[in-house]
Amino acid sequence: MTTHPLLAELTLRVRTEAHSGKEKACACGAAILADRPDATVVRHADTVAKAHAPDTTPADLAPRLATAARLPGILLPPLGETPVDLHGRLVTFWPYGEAVDPENPEAAPWEAAATLLAHLHRTPARPGLPPMRGPVKAAHAVARLLAATREGYALPVLRAWLTLPAWARGEAPMVDTTTLCHGDLHLGQLVRHPAPGGPWRLIDVDDLGVGEPAWDLARPAAWYACGLLPPEDWSRFLGAYRAADGPAVPAGGDPWPALDVPARALTVQTAARAIVKAIEADRALDDVELAVVEACDRMGSTPPQLANGFAK
Amino acid sequence: MQCPKCHAPMHTYNRNGVQIEQCSGCRGIFLDYGELEALTRLEGQYGGGPVVPPPPAAPQYPAAPGAPAWGAPQHGGGHYGGHGGHHGGHHRNRGFGHMLFSS
Repeated sequence: MTTHPLLAELTLRVRTEAHSGKEKACACGAAILADRPDATVVRHADTVAKAHAPDTTPADLAPRLATAARLPGILLPPLGETPVDLHGRLVTFWPYGEAVDPENPEAAPWEAAATLLAHLHRTPARPGLPPMRGPVKAAHAVARLLAATREGYALPVLRAWLTLPAWARGEAPMVDTTTLCHGDLHLGQLVRHPAPGGPWRLIDVDDLGVGEPAWDLARPAAWYACGLLPPEDWSRFLGAYRAADGPAVPAGGDPWPALDVPARALTVQTAARAIVKAIEADRALDDVELAVVEACDRMGSTPPQLANGFAK
Repeated sequence: MQCPKCHAPMHTYNRNGVQIEQCSGCRGIFLDYGELEALTRLEGQYGGGPVVPPPPAAPQYPAAPGAPAWGAPQHGGGHYGGHGGHHGGHHRNRGFGHMLFSS
């Protein structure tokens, strides 16, 4: 196992946290759940430590942690609300939750995910919560694509990006500045707590904030639109969101005027990430990645729909 | 039955002897074959207005849930996956599994 000072220190700290500092040695063993430039996550027994992205500020993280601490029926609550500074990185501690099995995405809890999002979107946001970071992350993915290549498959992706309104590119504020959003919904953001078999909760508050709630539905919407997610799964997700009175789409009728722009943005983000990854690994795009790039290509000939047609 | 558009339950109503199903969610109406013509005939009898000729045998309700114009080609009313379409069920492979779990 390759290691670096942050990972080594985080492994020690999570062990101390898991055992309340009482034991010097144990046989629990530690598992690295993630070790990326933007997050290092280590588990020890029933405790998880997360080192947040280097550019995370206490001022932004504090209201996000406070939100999770106060909504235990929707978000996994942290173990304490004060981050620890470790090698210049903010570290938070969380209870361990059981994730969706990546080898068995058919078992994805679409209804639970949609219901949790509907409840989140209907919860008043606490004052001082920063904007949801979805559009900024999409812009970041496109910036990385531009740095890597401006040729070939990058062209339809960049063209699709340029058809989007400024708010969806993170270049202008979102119109909605009050709705509480997760900001980065995917199947890795759901855990059962307490594990195993507990109720599903949303995790990862790093992108949580106020903004356009349709962004949280837009990844499944994009997968469906790209022909990757079967319509049954999309219908289960959308139906459960509507059944729980989620405000991001009208209660009946066509949801696409509300979903179109965010789903385009997330399709572009997914395509941009895929192309950069393929370049870094010196490999061709696979069928799934090509389907996403092809969707970007089709966007170039159909302008985005406007979402002003219904009251929120 | 379930609404093919929003999947809310549909309730059956009798309008002048014609059975129609209306969705409790989006209020959309499903008409069986011939029912639109039956309603049109009734409208002509009651209102005395012109009888609208029935449309050709086009579906009166989309068969698949809606999708954006830039969606994959199989959304154009066609059958999803299952019979060898380019973006059919075989995409539920490792590549898509991975995509489901990443930012």
